[in-house]
Amino acid sequence: MSQPPTRSGLLRNYDSGEYYCELLGVSGNTHPIYETIERQLSTISEEELRNRAVASENDMFDLGITFTVYSEKSAIDRVLPFDLIPRVLSASEWEILDAGVKQRVATINLFLADIYGSGHVIRDKVVPADLVYGNANFRKEMQGIKVPKNVYVTICGIDIVRDQAGGFRVLEDNARTPSGVSYVIENRRMMLRAWPELFEGSGVRSVDSYGPRLRQALAETSPGANGDPHIVLLTPGTYNSAYFEHVFLAREMGIPLVEGRDMVVNDDKVYLRTIAGLRRVHTIYRRIDDDFLDPLVFRADSALGIPGLMGAYIAGNVQLANAVGTGVADDKAIYAYMPRLIRYYLNQDPILDNVETHLCGEDEGLAFTLDNMKSLVVKPVGESGGYGVVIGPRSTEAEIEDTRKKVIANPGNFISQPVVGLSVCPTLCAEGIEPRHVDLRPFAITGNDTWVLPGGLTRVALRKNSLVVNSSQGGGSKDTWVLLPEGGR
Amino acid sequence: MLLARHAEAAFWMARYVERAENLARLLDVQQVFANDSRDPGSWGSILALNSDEPRFLETHDVVDRASVTQFYVLDQDNPTSIVSAIHWARENARALRPLISTEMWSQLNVFHRRLQALTPLDLGDARLSRTYAMVKEGCQAHTGITEGTFFRDESWYFYSIGRSIERADQTTRLLDIKYHQLLPRGADVGSAFDIGQWNSVLRSAAGYYAYRRMHSQSMSPGTIAGFLLQNRAFPRSVALCVNDIDRGLNDLRSRYGLRGGSAALERVDELQAELNGRTIESILISGLHEFLDMFQKSLGLLGIDIARDFFHHEDIQSQSQSQAQ
Repeated sequence: MSQPPTRSGLLRNYDSGEYYCELLGVSGNTHPIYETIERQLSTISEEELRNRAVASENDMFDLGITFTVYSEKSAIDRVLPFDLIPRVLSASEWEILDAGVKQRVATINLFLADIYGSGHVIRDKVVPADLVYGNANFRKEMQGIKVPKNVYVTICGIDIVRDQAGGFRVLEDNARTPSGVSYVIENRRMMLRAWPELFEGSGVRSVDSYGPRLRQALAETSPGANGDPHIVLLTPGTYNSAYFEHVFLAREMGIPLVEGRDMVVNDDKVYLRTIAGLRRVHTIYRRIDDDFLDPLVFRADSALGIPGLMGAYIAGNVQLANAVGTGVADDKAIYAYMPRLIRYYLNQDPILDNVETHLCGEDEGLAFTLDNMKSLVVKPVGESGGYGVVIGPRSTEAEIEDTRKKVIANPGNFISQPVVGLSVCPTLCAEGIEPRHVDLRPFAITGNDTWVLPGGLTRVALRKNSLVVNSSQGGGSKDTWVLLPEGGR
Repeated sequence: MLLARHAEAAFWMARYVERAENLARLLDVQQVFANDSRDPGSWGSILALNSDEPRFLETHDVVDRASVTQFYVLDQDNPTSIVSAIHWARENARALRPLISTEMWSQLNVFHRRLQALTPLDLGDARLSRTYAMVKEGCQAHTGITEGTFFRDESWYFYSIGRSIERADQTTRLLDIKYHQLLPRGADVGSAFDIGQWNSVLRSAAGYYAYRRMHSQSMSPGTIAGFLLQNRAFPRSVALCVNDIDRGLNDLRSRYGLRGGSAALERVDELQAELNGRTIESILISGLHEFLDMFQKSLGLLGIDIARDFFHHEDIQSQSQSQAQ
């Protein structure tokens, strides 16, 4: 049941309906910040809010906080739409998320060490061998390779949603090259400029230490890292749509931003081409996929990588973050096994639940999916960015029939999940302030320990009623506030 | 230690901005020439700037104010236009984003957007001068922001050297074109009309009043050429730029213990000897055009020396040519 609207100002017509509201639908949240935000939203005029929003997006454009879309003739820089109304997480909510993310990351690293090592999890029949060894992202080159401190996934992003009851659920693990953290930090800087009044006495936790933390974790897992390892960030180049983020992270860490052509491998060691000649590199935070890392081992047509890199890596002379072959752990099929893997490796109950998932590769799951297609979300296993996702209740008969054929033709390539009524957050839209669906991607860094950035990327589906938050599908972002415990400083 | 690719990007970012500024200066003064010129063919001479005539004639039937101005200001397909120069400056800046200041990137970004928004209306009589002023200011804002915010490490030296090479090169081109454009009109030499045109050459290089202070009595093509080439205090003179290159290369080598750059330094020595060891009269007698041509070629070779020693690409020729386009 929706509450009768009793608010004034911009929120007077706000109604989150059946969905959990991140900002207002919270009973028992006594933190004064909720009151501050509500008061601000009741007093600021729509015009003023819109002016500030436009100014922020212009700033982002001018500062180059953009992703670039290249066409044949031109390079168009676009700003990820930014909504000024923050998404707030209380200290107690964050405690759950923080612990849940750490548990998940620990499991992913143990799983990877296991499947590229002795393979207990397969012999114990927790996960079918085929799902691991037959996985397109399983890299046989990694079998028997030692990774420093067993940290395969240095940087992990876990996509989390909230259901109608307000419960957190993991939607997806991102253990390859998760992106978006630059927006977490830039959104905060933008917010502080655009709406400083909102922060009054807020006790919002800072997101500024991500760069130093990541650099430290990379140093902790660098081979022979006694002292000062030479760490670089490898980007596909200026044409990559996430280039801004690569620039941002290199600057935040104070390390060189390099491309494959800037490096060369001699005698299984990696060197950087500098104005003074070649300089040894010890650790590479790479933002290119496995497939493109080394044309001698993976895709021969890759011009982005470094010939011989895998040889240097296997010889232990260079560390890659994330390790090669982590994609097998964040696959949508392996995802379904994560709760079981958490129990297997850690002997703990999962802190964050999965969304109930049916594997079409299994008879039971396939039958259930085909019988209930109209009420399920069907997702291809290998895609990302929201591509190929079919939301049953929002699809036409023809679309459902089409999907049914695809699933029957290649069941192993699909999973299905019930539709999650994602939580909403008040968002400035053309019609005023309206509820829009959001998700959350916290970022975890692992060196000697795992640390979770207190915040995260809140993506918001700006189209009315849309459940798809991906930027490629009309998504924007919000600043994500994690509050200090009350009375905390 | 600085990445070779970043050194190269800094070098070219500076060159492209400098090139755009000089082009705006040249076109602006050409505008003044043309307005009171009895010779409508004068627009053709400007196409000699980068030997652009054949390329221009491929796509244009008429050489006149409108077509040449459009070609050099707005034409995105013309690699020697102002919009192209700023486009490439920005692409180099994009590669350098981890090293340059946020303000530098932001300014180039905004400037680039303003240029992209220009239309043929901005090249009309009423607005053209303002358009050139906007380009000059954009370039100068870049230079000023860079001076005030760019961290003084190795990349700064490559930036400065690139800017000085380009500026020296552009001054020789300005002089070359205008000297020959103005001299053949025998009847006018020494007349008030001619002096007026030389004044505007100096003005386009922001050197008119400085020249007045140095040579209050005489205004001759020879002394003006000498001023633009040899004056040690005028910021756009070839001699001052070459001195800056010399100092930049020496500082770079000594501060960062670099062994490369000796060939470049030798070439700079030769250029300095050519400039300082001769009087302007002797240069004029043996042929100003030949002198300027030799100088431009040497500056080009200097760029190649630097690329070979510091940028280390396998294919130096094709790379520097592709950037020079």
